[in-house]
Order: sequence, then C-alpha cells, then structure tokens
Amino acid sequence: MRSTAAKKRVNANAPIISLEHVSKAYTVDTGGKGIPALNDVNLHINKGEFVFIVGDSGSGKSTLIKLLLRELLPTSGRIVVNGTDVVRLRRRQIPKFRRNMGVVFQDFRLLKDRNVYENVAFAQRIIQMPGREIRKNVPSMLSTVGLAGKYKARPKQLSGGEQQRVALARALVNKPLILLADEPTGNLDPKNSWEIMNLLEKINSNGTTILVVTHNREIVNAMQKRVITMKKGVIVSDEEKGGYIDED
Amino acid sequence: MRINTLFYCLWQGFKNIFRNKWFTLASVATISACLFLFGLLYSILTNFEHIVKNAEQKMTVSAMLELGLSDDRINEIRMAISRRDEVKEVEFVSAEDTWQQFASEHEWDTSLFTENPLEDCDHFNIYMKDVSMQPTLVAYLETIEGVDHVNQSALTAKTLTGVNAIISFVSVGIVVILFFVSIFLISNTVTIGIQVRKEEIQIMKYIGATDFFARAPFVIEGMLIGLIGSFIPLIAIYFIYNEAIIFVAGSFPFLSLLIQFIPVEEIFKILTPICIGIGVGIGFIGSFTTVRKHLSV
Repeated sequence: MRSTAAKKRVNANAPIISLEHVSKAYTVDTGGKGIPALNDVNLHINKGEFVFIVGDSGSGKSTLIKLLLRELLPTSGRIVVNGTDVVRLRRRQIPKFRRNMGVVFQDFRLLKDRNVYENVAFAQRIIQMPGREIRKNVPSMLSTVGLAGKYKARPKQLSGGEQQRVALARALVNKPLILLADEPTGNLDPKNSWEIMNLLEKINSNGTTILVVTHNREIVNAMQKRVITMKKGVIVSDEEKGGYIDED
Repeated sequence: MRINTLFYCLWQGFKNIFRNKWFTLASVATISACLFLFGLLYSILTNFEHIVKNAEQKMTVSAMLELGLSDDRINEIRMAISRRDEVKEVEFVSAEDTWQQFASEHEWDTSLFTENPLEDCDHFNIYMKDVSMQPTLVAYLETIEGVDHVNQSALTAKTLTGVNAIISFVSVGIVVILFFVSIFLISNTVTIGIQVRKEEIQIMKYIGATDFFARAPFVIEGMLIGLIGSFIPLIAIYFIYNEAIIFVAGSFPFLSLLIQFIPVEEIFKILTPICIGIGVGIGFIGSFTTVRKHLSV
C-alpha cells in the first residue's frame, strides 16, 4: 500500500521536483530543538528546466540536494520528485528511486581503482543492463563527453575537468530525468568549468532537468538561467534568467 | 537478479583482493597468524589429552578371587562386572597364568616349585572407561561374593584424573581465549580495510546500487581472504606436525614407547573445518557488518 502511495504518477504538466513547506533541522547532542538548515521552503521545478541554486556556505543548498537524493529526511513538509513522494519511500525503494537521477559532485567521486570505462559501466551494471547494451552505451556516452579516447585511463591519470566529465558520463549513461550537480565546477579552472557547463547545457537541451548548486558567479551571470538564491535556509530570490545576488 | 550480476559481484570480490593488495596482505597475515597459533595449540593439547587417555586406558583394577571358586561362579562374577557402566573390558587371569607370568618376569625356574605359590591369585583385570570412575567400581567389586579383595592404585587414578581435568580446563580456556582474540584481531583488520573504502560504498549507493550490490563484492572479498588465511596455517601446521613426529621418533626413541602421537589425518579431520569455519566465518561477518555501517547513505 505504502509503495503505491509513494510512487503516484502526476500529470505531465506537474513539476518534476516539488517541495512544499519543507524544513530540515539537524539534531544536536546537547538537546534543544536542533540547528535549522532549511526553513519552510517551497520550490517547484518543471521538467526540462535548467536551474542554478546559489547562496553562501550554510545557506542550505547541500541539504536541499541531500533531501532530493533521499540521503536525508525533512523534519517537516513534502518532497515529490518525478511523481514519487520521497518522504514516504521505504529504504529498499531508495536505490530504484535514485536511478532516475544523475548526480555529480565537486570532488568527482570516481572509483579510483577502475578505469574510465568501468566507472561509467558501473552505473549500467547497477541497473542490471545486459552486457551487450553496456558495450554499446558506454562508448557512446564517453563520446558525448569527449573522452572516447581515454576509456582505459584511471581517474588519477586524468585532469580535473576530465574526471568531472567521467562523473557526468556516469551520471547520464542511464538516461536520468534529473541531473543534480553539487558544485560541479568547484575544483576546476575557468576553461574546464565552462566546458562542463556547456556539456550540461547540451544535456539540458535534450530534455534532462538540471539542478546546479554553485558558487561560480561568472557562470551564473553569463548563462542567464533560472537562479534560486538561498540564505540561512530560506529562498530569498527565485528569478527566471537571473543572476548571482551579492551578499548584503 | 540476473545471473551475470551475480557473476559480476563474484568477480569484483575476487578482483578486490588484488586491487587492495596491502589490505589483503595484512588481513591474510593476521588471520594466518591467529589460526596458526590456534591450530598449533589445538594439536599440542589434543596430543597431550591423547597421551593421558592412553595412560588411563592401561590402568586396571584387579579383583582378587577367593580360593576354590567354581568355574560357574567365576563366570557369573565376570558377567556381573562386565555389565557395569564403568567397565570397558574384563580379563580373567588364572592363578597358574599369574605364576607363570611372575616367574618369567623374575626369571625363576618354575620346575623347582612343586606347588603354585600363587594359588590364591585367580583374579580379574578390569579396564575402565574413565579412570575417575575407579572409586565407584572398587566399592562395587568389594560387595561381590567371591571377591576376596581389590587391588587398585588410588594415587595413580587420582593423579590421572587430576591431570585430565587440568588439561581439559586449560585447553578449553586457552582455545576460547585464542578464539576470541582471533575474532577480534581478524574482524578489526577487515573493518579497517573496509573503513578506508567507505567512499566507494557511498558512491555505489548514490548511483542507485542496492545494499546487496554494494555489499556483495566486499563480503566475497572478506570470505576469500578468510579462506586463504585459513589454508596457509593449515598447510604449515601439517608439515610442522609431521616433521615433529619424525624428529621425536628419530631423536628420542624411548619417548616413542611412552608417547603415541595422534596421526596428522586425525588432527586435521577436526582442525580443517574449524580453521576454515573461523576464517571464512569471520571474513563474512566482519565484512558484512562493517559494510552495513556505511550503507545508510
């Protein structure tokens, strides 16, 4: 019963990500009410949107990503991702839920002891893709991110930009509906940062919803996408074709 | 689950052994060292127990019979003794046999004697199942009509019973302590090895791996390490044990008369499953529980 309730399909025009009155407080050992990280956040992101989430450290951006990945549960409120009520998901349903989302981190998080091909193929093996499909899909995805010639390389043999492209390929090889990128350019130089952002834009043009948490003012201002600004756990601004809002 | 997913997990577990060479080496070394000590001690204590048991089995109680008992009565007494729980074997020794044996041991010429000086020495030699039962048996024998008196070595029986109890106590104690030390050391090594790779488990979980998919390669790796770690000491103990038997037999021939070592095959019938069980079991439990800690991502 619970599983049916958790996986309720919504109509095609409904937002692909929806947060309603979501709050999250981290409990502390010393007792008390806990430290608030998100406070009554309402947010709706439609299918195919490209959204930047910006804000200072401690503004709640990473907590938001963790809630969307169901790494954390909100203290209160409702989160619906692609028709799935995240709060009501059972533990064993989480892996399947995450397979609809690609995720990219600032520190790439590649499996260091496996080569580029294996890192990308790993995502396909998790969804039990047949071997012949893996052999077809992985090279194709590596071509998309411009790493077709480096499939045998280990992560440590690649530059930061290349490693992030491998992470992108891994996140996208299962054709997710949503891509969450947590500071994807945080460890990259400007040239590589732009290459990654161009790739994200290209992926977005194919219909994938993209949510990028970033501090990169130049990129946010230049790309003219929807920008959600957070401060102390609250959304202070949500602008179509917005820019990076300075503190104070 | 697809069969190729299962093979993939198995293959990854196997490959992890080579990917994490230092962890594998440290774990195998710890497991081998613990199980080597365990196996060695087990072999020594089992042999010690075997020697004491042998000595026990050679111990007899002699029930000396009254003079002039009929053959029927002697048979009745034999039957009655044989039925006792304490008794392993009953052997009748006639007065004539006793005299012949005595004379032969002392190199006396029996033809010089016109009569058997030991004519009142018809007796039963009774072998016991357990030397600690001697007092009960002796008490019973003394009540039998036709038994004149009972010869026993109370001191030897008491000593053997005491030694047996000490060996059992000490061996159980040492083996239990060593068992827990092994479990602690081995699971600690496995835990540290996996702790270092918790990021790998988290990555798998972020991508959407099920707990089984994330855990299986580590568990297989843990079990394989346990298996390798238990085979090494088993092989070492096998050769050391055989060499020790040959060395003792060659260097101290008089000891071979007193001590009979248990054949290595007998020792390994029990030691092999125990060592493999501990190695593989701890490898499984250690990796299973450690990975579980990192699965809640």
